[in-house]
Amino acid sequence: MSQTYTAVAVAVVVLATVLVGGFGLRISRTTSDFYVASRTVGPALNAAAISGEYLSAASFLGIAGLVLLHGPDMLWYPVGYTAGYLVLLVFVAAPLRRSGAYTLPDFAEGRLESRAVRRLVSLFVVGAGWLYLVPQLQGAGMTLKILTGAPGWFGGVLVALVVVVAVAAGGMRSITFVQAFQYWLKLTALLVPAIFLLLAWYGDDRPRPVLDLASTAAVRADHPLYATYGLIVATFLGTMGLPHVVVRFYTSPNGRAARRTTVAVLALIGAFYLLPPVYGALGRLYAPELPDGAAADAAVLLLPERAIGGLGGDLLGALVAGGAFAAFLSTASGLTMAVAGVLTQDVLPARGVRQFRLAAPLAIVVPLCGSLLVSDAPVADSVGMAFAVSASSFCPLLVLGIWWRGLTPPGAVAGLLLGGGLSFAATVLTVAGTVRSGWPHALLAWPAVWSVPVGFLAMVLVSLATRARIPAGTNAAMARFHLPEGLT
Amino acid sequence: MTGPSAPRREVVTGEPRRVRPLPRYRAQAEIQEQTALGGAYVRSLMRSQLRAALTVFAVLALTAGTLPLAFAALRDATAVWAVLGCAAYPLLTLGGWWYVRRAERNERDFARLVKGRPAP
Repeated sequence: MSQTYTAVAVAVVVLATVLVGGFGLRISRTTSDFYVASRTVGPALNAAAISGEYLSAASFLGIAGLVLLHGPDMLWYPVGYTAGYLVLLVFVAAPLRRSGAYTLPDFAEGRLESRAVRRLVSLFVVGAGWLYLVPQLQGAGMTLKILTGAPGWFGGVLVALVVVVAVAAGGMRSITFVQAFQYWLKLTALLVPAIFLLLAWYGDDRPRPVLDLASTAAVRADHPLYATYGLIVATFLGTMGLPHVVVRFYTSPNGRAARRTTVAVLALIGAFYLLPPVYGALGRLYAPELPDGAAADAAVLLLPERAIGGLGGDLLGALVAGGAFAAFLSTASGLTMAVAGVLTQDVLPARGVRQFRLAAPLAIVVPLCGSLLVSDAPVADSVGMAFAVSASSFCPLLVLGIWWRGLTPPGAVAGLLLGGGLSFAATVLTVAGTVRSGWPHALLAWPAVWSVPVGFLAMVLVSLATRARIPAGTNAAMARFHLPEGLT
Repeated sequence: MTGPSAPRREVVTGEPRRVRPLPRYRAQAEIQEQTALGGAYVRSLMRSQLRAALTVFAVLALTAGTLPLAFAALRDATAVWAVLGCAAYPLLTLGGWWYVRRAERNERDFARLVKGRPAP
């Protein structure tokens, strides 16, 4: 019975996404509309769109699952996802918008005047985007499998199809509306069931959830304190470099609006992240026996049925499933948009909206294959690796590029290759399962603690050694990044 | 379709370049011509903005750096839930709000500085 409700809820979300996207398509006319929504998106709409795009499967399902499984230390994930926006706000938001570039490769080329750096950055953007897309598609497959019994590949393929249609048809303008809509949908889908769950818990004479997990929590890492710091560094510094996050800032009308948008985003995602811990805590009470591993991600989906039951539980479960699907769709479309943008500009031979429409399927097919091949790791953990790569490559590039006149193209290349390359290699080794325990495993699974300093150091030292290569336009670029519009 | 010799099409996603209006203030002209004085103006703005950014970042880094140790020492799960599950979010938003006010004030001060002397 509940399967019917779930199928209906998912179908409604998919249909609404296509319809809102179609509405955007009708007003999406020019190339500038297509890529950057003509840079006219005000703070309120843009903040909802950024939040809608950012709150992925990892936020919607993964956090509650990890809290359920490993205890309150996992709450560092949502805190890190939010704090990352604060770091982005203070170091990057306004100058990045004022740089006038559209993608990270544009920024790198504009600042360093080097095609080689541009190509390398493109490579990393595509890599990080694909790394982040895999767990979204896996999560979609898992959700549909658990709730409706559909085969595991079906959810991922469905998400990929809807995303390609929405992205290829309407571009950024329509995606902006879709994602703003999906933020509010996700908030509702988590808030309403949470209220009913709390009422049910109150009605059960408020049994005390097991808050202290020292005894029950599954061992997550040999060195939990190190893992926590690895997580903090990766999420705090990695947010600013995520390809789908960066593109969003170019849609603001000016630097001041970009800053105000970011504060609104902080408030919106902060409000959302109050909810997953509720599910995690109640999950320990009502669904303690959930099998471990990836299946813990299903806690949010199964909780309404377990705790409330009956028709009400079924309906609330369907609402949550719809919200989860919105999460997969919005993050996947944002990432596909960003990766397809880079593919069109830097990889495919000719440019234009037609090529963009060809690039969109290409951007999602590769991670789709990846999600079908790789065995399922918990969603939030895989996402953490994409953050680590971004923190060790894009974060030094952006922060030093915006605030330090001494950065040179060879320095940037060295930092990207050493910081980003090493963290990427560590991710690959972890996923391949070559090292399984002890310090080597901890160091490889949470590489940010060492790879971020390596990236920064390599960039600074090599730049200092190649002072003669400081780009001629550095001073002009600094004035453009930092001066308020109207004074330049 | 077009022949192989057709020029490659370029997509323009940047803002249309407008003709720059003549500078209205002397400092604006100094900045545009990248004189030593103009450079000093830009550096002073960058310094004040970086100071605001580093203030927020230092508070954030100190808190995030010590909290895991504090939690490990306290061994009180309720405190972890209260801080990470609830209290962190309003504080982060408040930090962002403070920074935006500071940064916009820095920009206003800078604009006043630049507009202080009209162009000759």
